[in-house]
Amino acid sequence: MSPCGVVVRLIRALGAWLDRRLQLADTIREVARHRVPRSTASWFYVFGSVTFVLFLLQIVTGVVLAFSYVPSAAEAWNSLQTLNHDEPGGWFLRAVHGWGSTFMVALVLIHMVQVFLFGAFKYPRELTWMTGVLLLLLTLGMAFTGQVLRFDQDAYWGLGIGASIMGRVPLVGARLVHLLLGGPIIAGDTLSHFFSLHVFIVPGLLLALAGLHVLMVLTLGINEWPMPGRLVTRDRYLHDYEELVQKDGIPFVPDAFQRDLVAAGLAVLAVLGCAALFGPFGPSGPPNPTIIQTTPRPDFFFLWLYAALSLLPRNLETPLLLTAPVIGIGVLFVLPLLSGFGEKSWRRRPLAVLTVLLVGVSFAALTRLGQTTPWSPVANAWSGAPVPARYLEGRSPLERQGALVLQNKQCRNCHALDSMGGRRGPALDEVASRLTVDELIRQVLQGGGNMPAYGKNLSPPEVTALVSFLETLRGDGLSPARNPAEAALPPSAASPGRNAASPGR
Amino acid sequence: MLLRLGLLINGAAAALLLTPVVRYLLAPARKQAMRSDQAWVTLGPLEQFPEGQTRLATFTNPFRHPWDGETADIPCWVRHIRGNQFQVFAINCAHLGCPVRWFAQSALFLCPCHGGVYYEDGSLAGGPPPRGLWQYRHKIERGALVILAGRLPTLSESARRECPPAGSSCA
Repeated sequence: MSPCGVVVRLIRALGAWLDRRLQLADTIREVARHRVPRSTASWFYVFGSVTFVLFLLQIVTGVVLAFSYVPSAAEAWNSLQTLNHDEPGGWFLRAVHGWGSTFMVALVLIHMVQVFLFGAFKYPRELTWMTGVLLLLLTLGMAFTGQVLRFDQDAYWGLGIGASIMGRVPLVGARLVHLLLGGPIIAGDTLSHFFSLHVFIVPGLLLALAGLHVLMVLTLGINEWPMPGRLVTRDRYLHDYEELVQKDGIPFVPDAFQRDLVAAGLAVLAVLGCAALFGPFGPSGPPNPTIIQTTPRPDFFFLWLYAALSLLPRNLETPLLLTAPVIGIGVLFVLPLLSGFGEKSWRRRPLAVLTVLLVGVSFAALTRLGQTTPWSPVANAWSGAPVPARYLEGRSPLERQGALVLQNKQCRNCHALDSMGGRRGPALDEVASRLTVDELIRQVLQGGGNMPAYGKNLSPPEVTALVSFLETLRGDGLSPARNPAEAALPPSAASPGRNAASPGR
Repeated sequence: MLLRLGLLINGAAAALLLTPVVRYLLAPARKQAMRSDQAWVTLGPLEQFPEGQTRLATFTNPFRHPWDGETADIPCWVRHIRGNQFQVFAINCAHLGCPVRWFAQSALFLCPCHGGVYYEDGSLAGGPPPRGLWQYRHKIERGALVILAGRLPTLSESARRECPPAGSSCA
């Protein structure tokens, strides 16, 4: 007998020995060969299993990273530096873990959209959807707690944002803040709390629920490709599904499984590729709160929230912050109970398609805004960008003095000039074509519409100089703003001397 | 019979185990812990804070652990109005806790996160924050500025127990 044959026989014997004791082979064979509708052998059905494989990737890289990571507020940041720079391949493992998390959140969302559009949440798979909603929340929980474990500047101030949101809860807000931070302030105990959450509690729940989720997919059968007009009813569906699987079914392995296998492999390769190309996430600056020259930003999947928080009207902010998540998650959770029967196909569910589009566009727009943050003052615009020379040409000494006031009083932190500067307030290049002199003076002195009042901070000569400079900013070929009331009044009653004070330009 | 006994024994064991576990987990939010989470700390001699100026000061969290690392150093803004009149502002924006920066020329505090703006006396000037900057209770002791600190100010719990609107002295 050839050596090869001996090895094969040995492996077979070992397998038989093990299975006599484990008795798992029949179950595995049954699961692998269970019949699924032929229509489910589709690329649209791979997202769930890809998410699961990415979760396994996160477990493996996470466990390996824990060999070096030090969960101490004093040392965490340093241990990440060591991982990035000293440990062989440490940077790559961090990058894989970081990119893996991004991919995992993305795939959970894609999976959810597919399930929603295919009506897979309907009878009898309501509970599968509900556990899926919990899995989404846990995945986002992993993303947030993971970002905290990076324990850099963004993590520190991100915790501050979390605490500030908690602090808005009526009655128990203060207690929730203390529970979240593990004490009255962001410190060592905070990181220890989040370490336990990220490494033990949330992944434990995630693993258990994911197991339940997959088990239900196996026992209830995978959702068939929805056909317009084939309605789900309580008395017919199970019978019809059984018939479909018997008549037009295929074994899960290999017919349906092969696509999952290919997609999962491609996803892991994509994560590895991104990790190798773009490297690990941070850490950004050390978690030293006394370094205040920082612009905290959350990770990608929380940018939409960050943007929404700046755009909500002040009096609606707390109510919306506290109720919107509860309502949103609540709606997702009870969706299969509200709409558990009837039409499955997206072709006959225009409202479902519109909802997905609306939510998708909103999240994309908010995320984009979160990346550009037009509401944030640009803290160094006034010192980094001088007033362009062409805005000074032909101006009187008083007007040039006004340009100096504009520069020194840091107006460009919020107002752009020649497209340099903040976008919190309107650009000033054409301000005089929008506001009359009186309006300019009033706006500078009293503020309003989100602009602070500068009445106390500017001397009258400074105001005069500034306004006379602003009056010259009319853009190309635009006429100066006019008070419409003036046209209706006899010339003598119109505000005297205004036009004389600003020689025609 | 034995089954009931078994359930009873295990129930008792579970209760005996769970009580301390729950107490332990909720410890940070206990009334007693929350009442004694502030202490007086010094910001240094008064000479560091010239009259008419607003300066960044740092202090060490009065309840620091050795493993807190750099997070134990907390910044705050000190405004010396005149004479013995001071205002000590929390660094945290009242909106979502980001660190506000002082711009002396425009005499404003600006927040880099969502564009909250405050006047030099800490009152709200614009942007999304629902209130002015938080102030620490402070006093002058042996030529040094001392503040009552130790907790992250949030909307349900200010840096100190509430006092009259910003601007008036609150020492």
